[in-house]
Amino acid sequence: MTVTTADQIEAESFSEVSGRLEKNRKLSVGRAMAWIVLAIMLIITLFPLWWALRTGLSNNGALFAGDQSLGPAEFTTLNFERVLGQATEAEIFEATGRPNSGSFDFLQSLKVSLIVATVITAGQVLFSAMAAYAFARLTFKGRDKLFFLFLSGLMIPPIFILIPNLILMRELDWFNSYQGLIAPFFFMTPFAVFFLRQFFLGISKEVEEAALLDGAGNFRTFFGIIVPMSAAPIATISILTFVTAWNEYLWPLTVGRDPDRQPLTVALGNFTAQQPGTSPDWSGLMSATLLAALPILLIFFVFGRKVVDSIGFSGIK
Amino acid sequence: MTNAILEIPEARAPDVPVRRKKELRGGWSAAIWFLLPAMLGFGLFILYPALRGVYLSFTDWNLIANEGEWVGTDNYERLFGSDWNNVKHSLWVTFKYTMINIVSQTFFAIMLAVMMDRLTKSVFVRGVLLVPWLIPNVIVALLWVWMLDANLGVVNEFIGWFGIEPVRFFTDTGKVIPTIAGINTWRHMGYTALLIFAGLQTIPKGLYEAGALDGATEGQMFRNITLPLLRPILALVLVITVVGSLQVFDTVQVATGGFGNRPGGPVNASRVIYLYIYENAILFNDLGYAAAISILLVAILLLVTFLQLRLLRAGESDLA
Repeated sequence: MTVTTADQIEAESFSEVSGRLEKNRKLSVGRAMAWIVLAIMLIITLFPLWWALRTGLSNNGALFAGDQSLGPAEFTTLNFERVLGQATEAEIFEATGRPNSGSFDFLQSLKVSLIVATVITAGQVLFSAMAAYAFARLTFKGRDKLFFLFLSGLMIPPIFILIPNLILMRELDWFNSYQGLIAPFFFMTPFAVFFLRQFFLGISKEVEEAALLDGAGNFRTFFGIIVPMSAAPIATISILTFVTAWNEYLWPLTVGRDPDRQPLTVALGNFTAQQPGTSPDWSGLMSATLLAALPILLIFFVFGRKVVDSIGFSGIK
Repeated sequence: MTNAILEIPEARAPDVPVRRKKELRGGWSAAIWFLLPAMLGFGLFILYPALRGVYLSFTDWNLIANEGEWVGTDNYERLFGSDWNNVKHSLWVTFKYTMINIVSQTFFAIMLAVMMDRLTKSVFVRGVLLVPWLIPNVIVALLWVWMLDANLGVVNEFIGWFGIEPVRFFTDTGKVIPTIAGINTWRHMGYTALLIFAGLQTIPKGLYEAGALDGATEGQMFRNITLPLLRPILALVLVITVVGSLQVFDTVQVATGGFGNRPGGPVNASRVIYLYIYENAILFNDLGYAAAISILLVAILLLVTFLQLRLLRAGESDLA
């Protein structure tokens, strides 16, 4: 299967490392083997990204001639330039021998993705945090029942509510609009409420009570004390929300049919669907693919540790 | 959505209410302002559509006219009658995809988690393994469509060195589902490994020391200590994998729908249930029937989750 084949690719380059390790008698053979397998898995994980970069920096003609070198085939930055709209038609024609076929407005879709993901993150995290606080700290009738109802939303497959939500968008006339792309995710997700409630439950009540005795209201207590104290989990859920919103495909595919309102995921999918089967624009496609993943990779590069640590938390408790 | 599924079994422990400050902390008059936006969103975009979806499944709703008439159980009769072969085919394709994923993903994830646990606690290693999980499905699909291309793909070039004929990963009816399951395994194995890795950290190291003193081998310790104590985590991982796999859409749509091909091909070999619902709703504009199929899917998802948690006794650990 795919994974094992890619596995074999890397096995070769690592035979050298394995040889070195075997000479070191202090390392047990089992441990050395395990290190090699782990290293192979890491390379399998990263290789497709390198291959996309290498392809994006290659000349399409050289690719079609069958160049499979590990580095770029006839290095050029033209593909990235044309994805970003920085290359003229003449340059493209000269380099590729054909007009700029089946292009899409990358910068417009980038803008849509950024606006949609940012607004969803801001709204969803704020409102979910407020609700989570009410569920964790305030007392009111039917609180646990309401919380359970919220959680049961997790069991509903997105496609089931997608159909009625489409009808709602039609009624509101929100097709091809930012409101339509954003609204269903803007107010809450059951997961965000759950995640933040778990954290708020762990905050010592004494801090809050001191504030309440000083005459601070619930809102001042929440925004002045709870939110600053919860900066870390709020940052984590914000990152996860942003990534999820950035990756969303099915909803914008059905609601954002106008190219001006298509986020990168949808625009890339359409761009691929329109490519000719005989000679697709691989280098252009891979440049666009990599650029579309770049914001997520940057976020991960900066906040990686938070995300990694959150997996243990959200997964187990 | 997938990682959220995890939380249900343990989510209900109510905390002790603060009694002293009842006048401030208590009552709907205080809570409503915190809850209003979330309740609005929940009601408008989750609860109302869920109920409306049930109603729609008894109509012949059409999105272009945006109206539909009550047709009674017609959609369900069609689902289990004249159209059953198509539905059955999609369910079967989805089932195959899910089974391959369970095996491959669990295998690689446990292997990675145990290796990390024994070799390195490095955040860098865990971070690298998590990268594919953060990348959009659409992009993951495109990376692999290129790598696995029948003519120019690097994978076929590689297996060619061993004299193997180029494999038509996406255009061979028997290979397309295993291929997409493999792509999904690549995307999810790191995330799943991290979940299992976190579970491994809860196993007392003393048990392994005791095992080693008794002369147990690594293999014996894995079978008799690690696996039984990991069971609650493995149960949850299994539920996530199954629930996620049953709902696969993005990867199939993009990977099989490129270059003018119809998504779900070749010859419907990869028309998973999500795609079939999508086709009925969007392409055939038959939202009532699509709603009826998705109700069947909801029922399957609930049943599968319930059975898995029961069979694996997810709540209990053997660490008593």
